[in-house]
Amino acid sequence: MEVVVAIIVGVLFAVGIYLILTQDLLRIVLGTSLLTHAVHLLLMAMAMLKTGDAPLLGRDAEKFVDPLPQALILTSIVINFGVTAFFLVLSYRAYQKLETTDMDRMRSESSRHRGKKGGRRS
Amino acid sequence: MSLLHLLALSPFLLAAGLPLLGRAVPRLHRGWFAAVLSVILFAALLGYSSQVRAGLPVTESFAWIPSLGISFTLYLDGLSLLFALLITGMGVLVAIYSIAYMSDESESLTRFYVFLLIFMGAMLGLVLSDNLLTLYGFWELTSITSFLLIGYHHYKHRSRYGALKSLLITMTGGLGLLSGFVLLYVMSGTYQIRELMDAAVPLASHPLFLPAMLLILLGAFTKSAQYPFHIWLPDAMEAPTPVSAYLHSATMVKAGLYLVARLSPVFAGTAEWFWIVSLGGLITLIYGSVAAVKQTDLKAILAYSTISQLGLIMCLLGLSSLSSVFVGEESLLYAAAGTAAMFHLLNHAVFKGSLFMIAGIVDHETGTRDVRKLGGLAQVMPIAFTISVFGAFSMAGLPPFGGFISKEMFLEAVLEPLHAGVFHLETWAILLPIIAWIASVFTFIYSALFVGRTFLGSRKPSLARKQVHDAPLLMTLPPALLAVLALGLGLFPSLVSYSLIRPAADSLMPHLAASGEQLPGSIKLWHGWTPALGMTIGVIAVGVLLTLTARRWLKLYAYVPRNLSINRFYDASLRFFERITVRITSLYMNGSSRSYIKYILGFMLLVLGFILFNATDVTFRVGAYAVIAPYEWFILLGLAAASLAVPFAKSRPVAIILTGTVGYLMTLMFVFLRAPDLALTQMVVESISVTLYLLCFYHLPKLRTERRAVRFRLPNFLVAVAVGVLMTLVALAVLGTNPFEPVSDYYVRESYESAGGKNIVNVILVDFRGFDTMLEIMVLGVASLGIYNMVKLRRKATDVGSRHVSHEGDNADEEAAQTRRSIYGYDGPDTGLSTLAEDPEEAEHIKIQDAPELPHEETDEHPQERHRSSSNSHEKGGERDV
Repeated sequence: MEVVVAIIVGVLFAVGIYLILTQDLLRIVLGTSLLTHAVHLLLMAMAMLKTGDAPLLGRDAEKFVDPLPQALILTSIVINFGVTAFFLVLSYRAYQKLETTDMDRMRSESSRHRGKKGGRRS
Repeated sequence: MSLLHLLALSPFLLAAGLPLLGRAVPRLHRGWFAAVLSVILFAALLGYSSQVRAGLPVTESFAWIPSLGISFTLYLDGLSLLFALLITGMGVLVAIYSIAYMSDESESLTRFYVFLLIFMGAMLGLVLSDNLLTLYGFWELTSITSFLLIGYHHYKHRSRYGALKSLLITMTGGLGLLSGFVLLYVMSGTYQIRELMDAAVPLASHPLFLPAMLLILLGAFTKSAQYPFHIWLPDAMEAPTPVSAYLHSATMVKAGLYLVARLSPVFAGTAEWFWIVSLGGLITLIYGSVAAVKQTDLKAILAYSTISQLGLIMCLLGLSSLSSVFVGEESLLYAAAGTAAMFHLLNHAVFKGSLFMIAGIVDHETGTRDVRKLGGLAQVMPIAFTISVFGAFSMAGLPPFGGFISKEMFLEAVLEPLHAGVFHLETWAILLPIIAWIASVFTFIYSALFVGRTFLGSRKPSLARKQVHDAPLLMTLPPALLAVLALGLGLFPSLVSYSLIRPAADSLMPHLAASGEQLPGSIKLWHGWTPALGMTIGVIAVGVLLTLTARRWLKLYAYVPRNLSINRFYDASLRFFERITVRITSLYMNGSSRSYIKYILGFMLLVLGFILFNATDVTFRVGAYAVIAPYEWFILLGLAAASLAVPFAKSRPVAIILTGTVGYLMTLMFVFLRAPDLALTQMVVESISVTLYLLCFYHLPKLRTERRAVRFRLPNFLVAVAVGVLMTLVALAVLGTNPFEPVSDYYVRESYESAGGKNIVNVILVDFRGFDTMLEIMVLGVASLGIYNMVKLRRKATDVGSRHVSHEGDNADEEAAQTRRSIYGYDGPDTGLSTLAEDPEEAEHIKIQDAPELPHEETDEHPQERHRSSSNSHEKGGERDV
C-alpha cells in the first residue's frame, strides 16, 4: 500500500504545484490545500501504514500504528485551516479592491493605482 | 591588547566619540580633537623609533579569530614606522589646516572629521598589520573612507562621480588583492607576512606564484593610481583640499607603494616582478608628468603630478628588487634604489602636501583654481608664494631641497641596470634613463608652470578688483612648516637618513642584512660630479627653455585624440555594464511571484535530486507492505482522479467541490489508516473550508480558462510533474532507508505512565509537545486577527499595507484643493487624470459606508463634492485608525 500511497503523494504534489503556478487566485488557494493533503499522506506513509491498531490505550491491542505522524498531521490540519481561511479572505478582498482574480492583471491593476497616486501628487 | 593596538585603534575610538565630544564643547572646532590625537600618536610612534633603528622591530599579537587562524598582529619595523609617522605627522598638519579651511557648514563638520579619523585609523592599521587579512580589511576601509570623503560635497554631481569612480577602481583592485592573498595562503599556509617571508624561496617555483603576484599588483596599482588605473585620482580632487592633501597625495595613494615594498621580499628576484613594477612605474611617471603640463586647474596639475611621482617611487621599488638577484657589493648598488624610494616617499609627502595646501589657500582667497584666471599673486600673497617656490623647487628636483637629492638618487638608480645583464636588461635598460630624463624635464616644466602661472606675470582683471591677501596664520602655518622641512631635508638629509630611511630600506630588502651587508646610510646633498648631476643640469636647461616657450607648444596637446582616452573607456564600460545588468536582472527578476516559485522549485529539484541519486545509503524499496483492501483501491483511485480533475474544472463550484472530494477522501483514508482523531478533525475542517470557499467565491466572476497558450503552460506542467515524481521518490526513499530507531515507542510507553492519557495522539499534542500546540493556537489567533481586520476594519487605502502612501496622497490632494481655492476662489478646474485616480477608492468608500456586500457601481459625482467627501472620508479614516 505504501508504494501506491507514494504515487498518490506524487500526483497530489504535481497537481498542487501546477495549480499554484496558474494565474487564478482560487486555483492557487486550492493548490495549497491539495499540497497539504499530499504532505499529510507523505507523513503517514513515512511511518509505514497499518502496522497495528489505532493509538488508543486500554483496548487490549498488542501493537499500535505510529502515533507521532498523526500528532504532527493534526497540528498541520488545523494550521492549514487557518491559513486557507486567511488566503480566502485575502483573495476575496483583493478581488473587491482590484476587480480581478488574475495574478497578472492584479499586478498591473495595483501598479496603476500607485502610478496614478504618484502622478496626482506631482 | 597592547599599547600599540591601542594606538592603532584610538582614531576609531575618537571617531565614535566625536559626535558626543562635539556636543560637549560646541564652541571648539572639531578639527582640534583630530589634531591633538595626531600629535599624541606621532609622539608615541616616535618613541618606538630608537628601538626600531636598533633593528628590533616591535611585534604585538592579539588572537582575533583563532579558529580561522586570524590574529590581529601588529608589527612595527622601519617601513611601517616611516609610513606611520607620515600618516600621523601629515595628520597633524592637515587637521590644523582644515580647521581654518573648513570653517563653515558646522553641521556636517562632525561627519567630516569622523571620516577623517576612521581613515587615519584604517591607514595606521594597514601599515602596522602583520596579517594579510587584517591588512586587507584596513585596505578596503581606506577605500571606503576615501569614497565618503571625495563625495563629501554630495550635492555636486562631480563629487559623486569622482567618489564612485575611485570606489569602483580601488575596490576592483581590492578584490584582486584579496584573491592574491588567498592564493598566497594556498601556497604557504599562512597569512602572517613574517612567516611568508621565511617561505619566500620555495614559493617562487609554485605554479600559483605568478597569478598571486599579478593579482596583488593589480591591487597595488589601482590604489596607487598607476597607469592605466590612474583615472580615478584626478576626479578624486573634488574632495575638500585637506582631504586631497592627506589622502590623495601623502597617505592613501601610497598604500599601494607600501604593499609593494612590504611584499617585495616575497616576490623580488623574479623577472616578472622587476619588469611589471619598474616599467609600470616608469610609464606612469612619464604619462603623469606629460599630462600634468596641460592641466589648467591647480589641483589637477597636482593630481597628475602625484600620479607621476607615485610612478617614480614604484619604479624605484622595482629597480631595488634587482638587489636580491646579486650578492655582495653589486647588490648594494641596486639597493640604493630602495633607499631612494624611501627617501623620495618622504620628500614627496612633504612638498606635495605644502603645494596642495597652497592650492587650497589660493582657491580660498581668490575663489578660483584655474591658472588661466590667476597670475601675479606674488605681490599680494608673498608668504604663499615663498612656500610654493620651496615646494615647487623640491618637486622639480632643484638644489638645495630634499627633492633634488632623491631625484638624483633616482637618476643614478635608472643608470645602474645598464650593467646588470639579467632579465634582458642588456637590450632594454637603455630605455630607463631616457624615459626618466624626459619625465624629469616635464616635471620641471609643470612645477615651473604651477608657480609661474599662479604667482608671476600680470594679475588678471577679474582678480585685480578683489581684495586678495595672505591666508590666516592657522592656514599658512602647516604648509610653511612643510616648506621649511623640504629645505631641511635637502640641507641636512642625515636628520632622517639613519633614523628613518635606512631602517625602512632595511625592511624593504631584508636579504641584505641576512647576508651580512650593511646599507650605506648616508645621504648627501653634494655627491660629486656624477652622471646624474649632468642629467639634472640637462633637465634644467631644457626645462627652462621649454617653459619659456610653453605657449607655443602647449597647443600640441589638442591633437591627442580624446575619444581614445581611458576615461571614455571607463564611462562606456560603466554604461555597458549597467545596461547588461538591467537586462539580465529583468530577465529573471520579472516581478511575478510565479516565476520565483518556479526558481525555488527548480533549485529544490536540483539539490534534492542530486542528493537522492548520489547518496550511497539511500535505497528505494518497492516491496510488499501493508495489504490494500478492495474498497481502499476505490479511495486511492478516487483521490488520484479527483485531484487530477481539479485543473480541468471549468467553473469555480466544480473546482471547489473536487477539492472538497479530495479532502473527504482523505478523511476516509485516515479512518482506514487507524487515525480516528485525524479523521474527525479533517471532517470538520473540510466541511468548514468548503463552505467558506463557496461563500467567498460566490460573488467572483466565472473561472476563466487558462488564457495562455500551451507553450506557456508547458514549463509549469513540467515543473509540477518533476516535483511530483521527486516527492514520490522521496517517499520511497524514506520507506527504504531507516537509519534511526523510531522515537514513537517512547510515546506509546509513557503516554499512560507519565501523562495519564489513553489517547496517545492527544497526549502527544497537549503534553509531550505542548509548546507546539500552543504556538499552533497562536498561528490560528494571528490568522483570525488578520481575517477580522480584512473583513471589518476596511480602510479607504488601496490595501492595508499602503496606509502611509494613501495619507500622503490625500494630503497632497487637499493642499492642491486649498491652493486652487486661494487662486480661483473655488476648487478650480480639475484634471481628468486625478478624477480617474480617485474613482476606485471613492467607489470603494461609498460601498463600505452604504452597502458593504453589494457589488459596487461607478459613481458619478461632481468634482467639487467629490473633493469634499474625499477629505471627509479621510478624516473618518483617521478616526478609525485611532
